[in-house]
Amino acid sequence: MLEIRDLQKSYPIGGTSLHVLKGINLSIKDGEMVAIMGSSGSGKSTLLNIIGMLDELDSGEYILDGLPIKNLTEKKAALYRNKFLGFIFQSFNLINYKNALENVALPLYYQGMSRKDRQEKALFHLGKVGLADWAKHLPKELSGGQNQRVAIARALAANPKLLLADEPTGALDTTTSYEIMAFIQQLNDEGKTILMVTHEEDIANMCKRIVRLKDGVIMEDTKVIQVRADQYV
Amino acid sequence: MFDLDLWREIFQSINKNKTRAALSGFTVAFAIMLFTILFGIANGLENTFEKFFLTTADNALTIRSGTTSKPYKGLQIGRLITYANKDLDYLKKEFGDKIQYITPKLSRTYQLKYKKRKGEYTITGVSPDHQYLEKAVIIKGRFINERDVKNKDKVIAIGRLVEKDLFVKESALGKYIDLEGVVYKVVGVFSDNGGDEQERTIYTGYTTIQRLYLATDEIGSITIGYNPNMSADQALVLVQEITAKLKSRYDVAPNDQRAVRIGNRILQEKKRLDNMTTGLGILIPIIGFGTLIAGILGISNIMIFIVKERTKEIGIRKALGASPRSIVSIILLESILITAFAGYVGLLIGVGVLEAIGSSIERYWITNPSVKPSIVYTATIVLVIAGAIAGFLPAKKASKIKPIVALRNG
Repeated sequence: MLEIRDLQKSYPIGGTSLHVLKGINLSIKDGEMVAIMGSSGSGKSTLLNIIGMLDELDSGEYILDGLPIKNLTEKKAALYRNKFLGFIFQSFNLINYKNALENVALPLYYQGMSRKDRQEKALFHLGKVGLADWAKHLPKELSGGQNQRVAIARALAANPKLLLADEPTGALDTTTSYEIMAFIQQLNDEGKTILMVTHEEDIANMCKRIVRLKDGVIMEDTKVIQVRADQYV
Repeated sequence: MFDLDLWREIFQSINKNKTRAALSGFTVAFAIMLFTILFGIANGLENTFEKFFLTTADNALTIRSGTTSKPYKGLQIGRLITYANKDLDYLKKEFGDKIQYITPKLSRTYQLKYKKRKGEYTITGVSPDHQYLEKAVIIKGRFINERDVKNKDKVIAIGRLVEKDLFVKESALGKYIDLEGVVYKVVGVFSDNGGDEQERTIYTGYTTIQRLYLATDEIGSITIGYNPNMSADQALVLVQEITAKLKSRYDVAPNDQRAVRIGNRILQEKKRLDNMTTGLGILIPIIGFGTLIAGILGISNIMIFIVKERTKEIGIRKALGASPRSIVSIILLESILITAFAGYVGLLIGVGVLEAIGSSIERYWITNPSVKPSIVYTATIVLVIAGAIAGFLPAKKASKIKPIVALRNG
């Protein structure tokens, strides 16, 4: 599914440059659920952004589903993002003037799907996260947990090969966090490959594998026994 | 290619961000409104000036002759100068396209008779050009034409009031009028906004007058219409040239003010007016340009603000697979739609204001203030393009931002 070899990334800061990722090697297979952990500044978000094609790598190799991801044109990157990736963000990143259904339908719009099909499919995915009745509500009329479920539905709508989550529970209270994690686990059970960044141990332990980053290198990469979130809900 | 979904996105964006749309729309509408009103008022001033020269063509000059007041080349004082047909050809040849129209004027006053009705009228022999110099408008039939002049026919074109006086309710066209024994056929009836006097005039070919009453080819005075593309200054030079040529043609002293004269009072007046029109001609574009610049700056600012405000949305859309092109087009089309619509609203308001105040400001030298729609459309299009360019640059930049930066900034 995903192959990363000797990935390097630095950011220019003032006159000097900050070396954020110093040679990452990572391989993720279909159906895995991986947590990337690390303190702030460890480079975990940068790694996720590069994997999500939201940012570019400096050197090294990144192969997604057999496709080398390097020097993509903006257009091509947009196409790949749309086709391969679904995003879940800490701050949800819903478009505030669009209702839940329209937000979920947006990636389908960029796939060029017809309006009728989009709405049908978006409603189906909203139903899957239990928000079919809230389809016409704007983000500001929904709770944080509901908004994150809308965002998950949106990430799923385009049927991506890989789901990327950046601190998906970071803005939520514990109960809601576990609810969201239960959803994500359920998606993984259904075969979706998931990669998430978190700094919370309990959330990381709900994944199947934990990759710990420190100062731009992988310190530890271990398989864990998944803690099921639904037992807390 | 019409993309319904794209337009749906745009209309939703406008609909859900009404303040933003109203803000940018207001700037454009206001600029176009000011533009329309200022232009209208400036045009109103111009209309006032034009009104002064409505009765006769404003490029008409009359060349008169008299007796010499100075001895010259051994010739005596008091010699009468009389122009003749050959002078018409001479002037036409000599000054070419500087002279647009030329007509002699030979006037006689006679008693006219039709059936039992009669009256005193002036009959003037002219060339066909006279119609344009006098701004006579043909109501029926035609004016005197070249064939009439060539054949010296006894045909006349009569003023509207002559027909009214002599024919009452009959149509004069094709009827015959008796002019102290000579019978003329009426070939046309004209009106003239120069007043009743002008509409009580009768015209025939100048050769007819020469044949029937003079038995020479003399002509009284010559009226010319100089090329309307010439400025008053150029026309004044032409006046001097014609005077000089005619003086040397008739051996008149160059400083003789009486024998050959061209009235240039109207030209002096026109020169003053020309200056004012030139002033307006400079002022109007400055006003228009200034308003447009203000509008362009306004819309540019707003577009930059809009793009900034939408940075996060752009990041989200990009993360979801929007191509840079779709980002640019959604922002641009929204801006074009708003500016075009607002420009139209501004035009309507501006025209409405001009209509409302139009007649009440005539005492301020503003007559019938109005604007040519083409000017306002051009202004609107300029603003739309400016808005598009102003929006394009930040939109293009925004579409190039890495989505992660855009998301972080949100």
